[in-house]
Amino acid sequence: MNQQGPPNSAAPAPLLPPPRQEMEYLCADCGAKNEIKPREPIRCRECGHRIMYKKRTKRMVQFEAR
Amino acid sequence: MAPTPESKKYNPRLHVGLLEERVTNVSSTDFPGHYPDEDHSWDLTKFKKRLQVKIQKLSARSIEFDLVGVDASIANALRRILIAEVPTIAIEYVYVWNNTSVMVDEVFSHRLGMIPLNVDPALLEMKENSSDQATDRNTIVFKLQIECTRNNSAPRDSTDSAVLYINSEVLAAHLQWVPQGEQAEVFAARPPAPTIPEIVLIKLRPGQAIEMEMHAVKGLGKEHAKFSPVATASYRLLPHIILDDANPVPSHLADRFRDCFSPRVINVDPRTKKVSVDKRGVRGETMSREVLRHPDLAKFVKLARVRDHFIFNVESEGPYEPQRLPLEAIRVMREKISVLKSAAEALRALGDPEGDIQMADT
Repeated sequence: MNQQGPPNSAAPAPLLPPPRQEMEYLCADCGAKNEIKPREPIRCRECGHRIMYKKRTKRMVQFEAR
Repeated sequence: MAPTPESKKYNPRLHVGLLEERVTNVSSTDFPGHYPDEDHSWDLTKFKKRLQVKIQKLSARSIEFDLVGVDASIANALRRILIAEVPTIAIEYVYVWNNTSVMVDEVFSHRLGMIPLNVDPALLEMKENSSDQATDRNTIVFKLQIECTRNNSAPRDSTDSAVLYINSEVLAAHLQWVPQGEQAEVFAARPPAPTIPEIVLIKLRPGQAIEMEMHAVKGLGKEHAKFSPVATASYRLLPHIILDDANPVPSHLADRFRDCFSPRVINVDPRTKKVSVDKRGVRGETMSREVLRHPDLAKFVKLARVRDHFIFNVESEGPYEPQRLPLEAIRVMREKISVLKSAAEALRALGDPEGDIQMADT
């Protein structure tokens, strides 16, 4: 159901993946933006909560209204 | 139409009888070959004479009309076409860029599909295939871009989320129509929008945002209920309460007799205590059959319904004015009949190679 491809076609995706940037995650408790680095405890900088959510995709998602 | 002279008494040909625990004479019998030596073949002039359509009640959203003199099959076909085969426009595809609300995309998309839109279906073409290219002739585009924020000017002590936050509720009115191609002129008279602007689609809290685009297409109720142009479309048979003139309700029982029926169905003359049926009010009788529970009252009355008098109740939801709905249904029905007719004629033109089927006129 979740086909990709916008209706008003966007620019074609670049062939090479963009330079790796730090992934941002959201704290499940306070909602603050966090970065998770290798070999570091997963812990919110603001509140110390240990659960993180991945951010929603920036891409368009298609659904049927049924 | 009901109280024709011959129908004053119970007539199994015209009436459906209602007894305490069952109904009698449900099926119509006016078809050829049922009564010996009577001609019941279908006849246009006879049909025209009996056929009657009369609007009884009309409001902005609903219509009550009588359809008299047709077979139940025709009335039922009309009802079914109203529900399932009169086209309307509804949101079908939802493209989501962002949705941080508490409702998941799938559920919210489904809610969006259910919004009745005010677009006249005559102005749009039906997509033959779901894979067809979306054009300005078959698709209407809506946008929803909304974000909830705190209202900094809200009074300190307020607890109402509508005051505390801006855009705390997403309403149907927040859908923005995006004209495509020639649509700006075609729909200039009535810009596409939900028929009811105040439907709450979802509630938001500060920081939550929604960004999506919707494509509305033309469809039929048999495909999905969101395409149905009506909220309800139903009929019932006209109640017929038969009082015996030779055996009237005694005056000391009149008030009790009246109270066995729905309000305004039975009139009791304040002076003479003579009981009569209200011609207009009898339509509202619920046919509870309460009177049949009282042996002393039941013997003065016979309950029935008029078999070919259909009281239609149609509530319009969506673009059609209620008085236009039966006409649209009949137009759809005639299209179906013409398809069937041309198919039957094609079959006849083909001839029967076996000489198998013979329909003899006797």
